[in-house]
Amino acid sequence: MEKAKELISAVKQADDPESLVAAVNALAAERLEAGISTLIEVLKYNNPGAALAAVAGLIQMGESAVIPLIEHLDDYDYGARAYAIRALATIADPRALDVLLTAAATDFAPSVRRAAAKGLGNLRWNQLPAEQIPDAQGKAVQTLLQVSLHPDWDMRYAAIVGLQALATSETTPQTASSQIWEHFQQMSQDSDPAVAARVQLAVAVGNR
Amino acid sequence: MLDLNSEQGSESKTQLNSPPSGESLTVEQAIANLSHEDLSLRYYAAWWLGKFRVREPAAIDALISALEDEADRTELGGYPLRRNAARALGKLGSSRCVPSLIRCLDCEDYYVREAAAQSLEMLGDRSAIPGLTKLLEGGVEGAVQVPGRPHLAQPYDAVLEALGNLQVTEAIPLVEPFLAHPVLRVQYAATRAMYQLTGENVYGARLVEALHGSDIQLRRVALTDLGAIGYIRAAEAIAQCPAENSFKLIALKGLLEHQLKTAPQPTLSDNAIRVMNLMDSLL
Repeated sequence: MEKAKELISAVKQADDPESLVAAVNALAAERLEAGISTLIEVLKYNNPGAALAAVAGLIQMGESAVIPLIEHLDDYDYGARAYAIRALATIADPRALDVLLTAAATDFAPSVRRAAAKGLGNLRWNQLPAEQIPDAQGKAVQTLLQVSLHPDWDMRYAAIVGLQALATSETTPQTASSQIWEHFQQMSQDSDPAVAARVQLAVAVGNR
Repeated sequence: MLDLNSEQGSESKTQLNSPPSGESLTVEQAIANLSHEDLSLRYYAAWWLGKFRVREPAAIDALISALEDEADRTELGGYPLRRNAARALGKLGSSRCVPSLIRCLDCEDYYVREAAAQSLEMLGDRSAIPGLTKLLEGGVEGAVQVPGRPHLAQPYDAVLEALGNLQVTEAIPLVEPFLAHPVLRVQYAATRAMYQLTGENVYGARLVEALHGSDIQLRRVALTDLGAIGYIRAAEAIAQCPAENSFKLIALKGLLEHQLKTAPQPTLSDNAIRVMNLMDSLL
């Protein structure tokens, strides 16, 4: 516990960007549950290097970071929120489903929505009770199909990445994955060449 | 929307692109508003027609007329409506406005000249070349800051970028000296143009180096430049650059589009897949 206190106060007292990054790295390396709330706090410091180190630390903590990340999502600072959503998307714990659904569908910040859309594709569905999986995946698919109609190319791109993961997941019901492949057919002529290419890649991956 | 605020002079930053009345417009209203007695409505209408890509002949005619507006002036003598009209016309893809935009390259307002150069670049019309080249006369020695203003004598970065995009190889002797301009942003624009004009990797490599610079604004500029020239060797360096993911995604999108243009469609090239994998990692 002494060590945790020291490492946490080193983060709080760092007075230049480099020493902050070093202190965050040192705290993250110890994988202490007591350090989680400090790592989440760092996401708001407006220091990308420190934030990335904190995200990496939170991802290493895995499941134990999920509830703190959800409870401390920052409603005001979309930069901090994007980092938190990226951490949740990578940890891929299905308890983040509702947060990711809301973020993908309604967040005003594109960076948050992109991260959530990608995260919706990669959740570890097997961690849910078997009877809940179809419903949970159905919600993810419907939300991503909506996002894939967004006027901005980066939203459509992120939705395709999420949908590709869902379509190729073993737990996805046949009807849902067919719906995704059909949707990709329609999107293959997207007006944006990058989006059309990403659809083409998704289809190629699906045919493997 | 990926929101990229290009750094501009304070004078041009003060204007808001929001409807003064808070209402949305129809195409007819926007065209009519370009000659409304309320100058702020004219200004907003010009922006609106560009934003929503209104390509109707009547809109283009009205915007061309707005390039000669005398009513809307700033305290420093600038022409805000002309600036917005010039920016809008670049987005509308009609070559009919090219002669008028070329005349704007001589406007006394720096920001009108800048907007005209950028729009002429977007329209890709080679008849603009003599007018653009003229702005580089005086070379690097003449390319100094205007006293009391936040800008240089000419919009050099916009002009250099346009000459590169338009493949004006005969301008190489004029462009090359700007590689040594003291303002990094101008250096980058010259580097980018030299890459497009010569295809030599040394210029692409210089822009990759710029991704490690200490100023975040300049790293963003370098990202934009690398995306614009589609420099595939920069792919991993772009993904790792300390900058916001939004900027990196746009740069990588530029690389991807360049790959798609140069490789035949039926199958995706390895490079295209490589770029998309990096883009996926930045979502």
